[in-house]
Amino acid sequence: MTVGPTARNALHAEWTKLRTTPGAAWLALAALTLTAALSALSAASAGYRAGTHQDLAKISLTGIDLGQAVIAILAVLTISNEYSTGMIATTLTALPRRTTMLATKATLVTAVVLAAGTAAVLTSLLAARLLLPGNGFTAAHGYPALSLTDGPTLRAAAGSVLYLALIALLSLGIATAVRDSATAVGIVLALLYLFPIIASAVTDPHWQRHLQQIGPMNAGLAIQATTNLHNLPISPWAGLGVLAAWASAALLTGTLTLRRRDA
Amino acid sequence: MTAGAITGYRSKMPAGRDGFAQLLHAEWTKFRTVRGWLIGFTVAALLIVALGVLTAAGTHSSVCHNAPGQSAPVCTGPPAPLTGPGGEPVNDGFYFVHQPLTGNGSITVRVNSLTGLIAASGGAPPDQPLTGTRPGVQAWSKAGLIIKASTTPGSAYAAIMVTGRHGVRWQYNYTHDTAGFGGAVSAAASPHWLRLTRSGDLVTGYDSTDGSHWTEVGSVRLTGLPTTVPGGLFTASPDYEQTSHPVGGGESGSSLPTRTTARFDRLSLHGGWLAGAWTGTQISDVALPGGFTQAGDTITVSGSGDIAPVVSGSGGPDPDRTLIGTFAGLIALIVVAGLFVTSEYRRGLIRTTLTASPRRGRVLAAKAVVIGAATFLTGLVAATITVLLGRHLLHSNGHFLYPVNTLTGLRLIVGTAALLAVAAVAALALSTILRRGAGAVTAVIVAIVLPYILAVASVLPVGAGQWLLRLTPAAAFAVQQTLIQYPQVAGDYTPTAGYYPLSPWAGLAVLCGYTAIALLAAAVLLRRRDA
Repeated sequence: MTVGPTARNALHAEWTKLRTTPGAAWLALAALTLTAALSALSAASAGYRAGTHQDLAKISLTGIDLGQAVIAILAVLTISNEYSTGMIATTLTALPRRTTMLATKATLVTAVVLAAGTAAVLTSLLAARLLLPGNGFTAAHGYPALSLTDGPTLRAAAGSVLYLALIALLSLGIATAVRDSATAVGIVLALLYLFPIIASAVTDPHWQRHLQQIGPMNAGLAIQATTNLHNLPISPWAGLGVLAAWASAALLTGTLTLRRRDA
Repeated sequence: MTAGAITGYRSKMPAGRDGFAQLLHAEWTKFRTVRGWLIGFTVAALLIVALGVLTAAGTHSSVCHNAPGQSAPVCTGPPAPLTGPGGEPVNDGFYFVHQPLTGNGSITVRVNSLTGLIAASGGAPPDQPLTGTRPGVQAWSKAGLIIKASTTPGSAYAAIMVTGRHGVRWQYNYTHDTAGFGGAVSAAASPHWLRLTRSGDLVTGYDSTDGSHWTEVGSVRLTGLPTTVPGGLFTASPDYEQTSHPVGGGESGSSLPTRTTARFDRLSLHGGWLAGAWTGTQISDVALPGGFTQAGDTITVSGSGDIAPVVSGSGGPDPDRTLIGTFAGLIALIVVAGLFVTSEYRRGLIRTTLTASPRRGRVLAAKAVVIGAATFLTGLVAATITVLLGRHLLHSNGHFLYPVNTLTGLRLIVGTAALLAVAAVAALALSTILRRGAGAVTAVIVAIVLPYILAVASVLPVGAGQWLLRLTPAAAFAVQQTLIQYPQVAGDYTPTAGYYPLSPWAGLAVLCGYTAIALLAAAVLLRRRDA
């Protein structure tokens, strides 16, 4: 006879919840579709101009800007839904170790987002590979076809998947802290979208650079850059690190509030 | 069993009032008694003001350099831009061949040819600035007749001119432009005749194809014009602009100086002209030197520079972005507007609401009015404070303030409040449709904010960005536009430089359209569905 749930049990329980509520699957599908659609639109509207060097990987992965919003809803709902239905009381009765509960949810959400994100990124790159040569981005113009065997392109692709996973963890942490789903997505989207907007409005180049270095979206998406790396406000992996720091801080806040307060 | 024989129970109590006013009162009570929502509104207002102040404080256009012997860089305020009679920043560079006109008079001339040069892209030795130039007339190269209050740059003027590709134009005081007859200048086929008359403060420009049949192109009263003013011939030629938008947003423009040469003849003067020798004056410093030669009846004038308002993207004014906090406030207000509906569904209050007022369309209308009005007032207060405080801060930072007249200032404030209110109603409608907060709130935020980011700061090409700002709800931010697009000035009129493709109210109308559709769908679904 086992006493108390093991991590395996906990994972199984959370997986069953995620699997049997239709919302998560639809959201994952929506994230995939919207990411691929915006990426394809971006690739279709890009035009070759002699004398400039455009970052094809970044153009092909523009859809992440949109897909991340759906990923945020998915991650927020995994915990907020339990609060809105009262399920959280049952969950915490069955799994009294609250940190374990949150860690289990984080693991599962990460796994789901990694899967959906990989599909989204691969579809986007495929669409761009088909569309870009038609817009003049050919080998003759110095643009070889996008390929994952190319180091920087692989970094952009894999990094974008990791970016989505970190966005999910950031959202999960915030949702755990504030409980309400609408408020949580509002905070997540504000964190993501406000930094680039304010950075574009400030004319002081130092302020602008700092805002781009600390903003989770600007910094995190530096991973998509494949050209002109020395001009970036932050290097690709360091940028993803900034986003990871944001996600960790959010998860820590979530864990602390979860432990301190009544469900 | 037969129906109809049974008389239903009727309460003897007087019927409760269920007019729209009572409904509004009920919804207002719900709104005002939830502490979290009031906090949300306060946060929204504070974010709008705080980010505006932050942006204004982060906008130093001072030039800093490391002076020898001092540890901290020395910062000096930027030179104040040259401004025209309307207070807007202007360029006033041209070559002026003039003589004084006292009192009334007129000047008539024929323009026989207009040719131009574009400077070498690599630059030229300072003593030989024309080295490596290639021929080329700019679309807005100008040559013609001008009367100007003084030779001081930025002073009032009125001019009738031929242009490179826009025919005859009547322009005055930098921002005003009227077309005369079209067609390019050529000596044999179509010489252009121009005439400028002064009568008191009134200056009138005429054009003609033959020198005998004259058409008035435009006239203006230049109030305060001195009795004696310089008048005569001029040529100007705006820079040749090449703008590219590299990946990662922003733009890198390169502009090359140009020079235009015009050949005039059949010059005749009437009225109070001094009728002495012509004086050539270069107005403002320009890269390519101007000059004039006189041979018999023919006067040839070469000039560089432009007489026009400065537009953004070519070293011009930055767009006023003190209202950037609207985006942050918008997100907070959308969340509260979403919760205004979804919390009723979550707690089951919606059933009580719909029992008390079974006409569901009116419930939705009451909710929309309450949230719309509350958002509008919050936005109005926040935007007023932000605009006043932001402009004050920018001014005390030594930053040049693009002149905003009262009407535009009012449009900025009221438009921002309206934008917030309409967005909140959209969130309310979508929340009624979806009944779930997260999805509705995300959809509205993403639909309004993301297209702006993609258009202003992303890898999308300019054309795609402009379409996003025409078709998506983000078009509404055009209501905050302060920069003016001048058709008579070639410029970088892109979203990145602060120019929206739609006019202010048309942009807001796009958001209103989407909101109306959402509200209609919400009303239909609310009636058809079980609560």
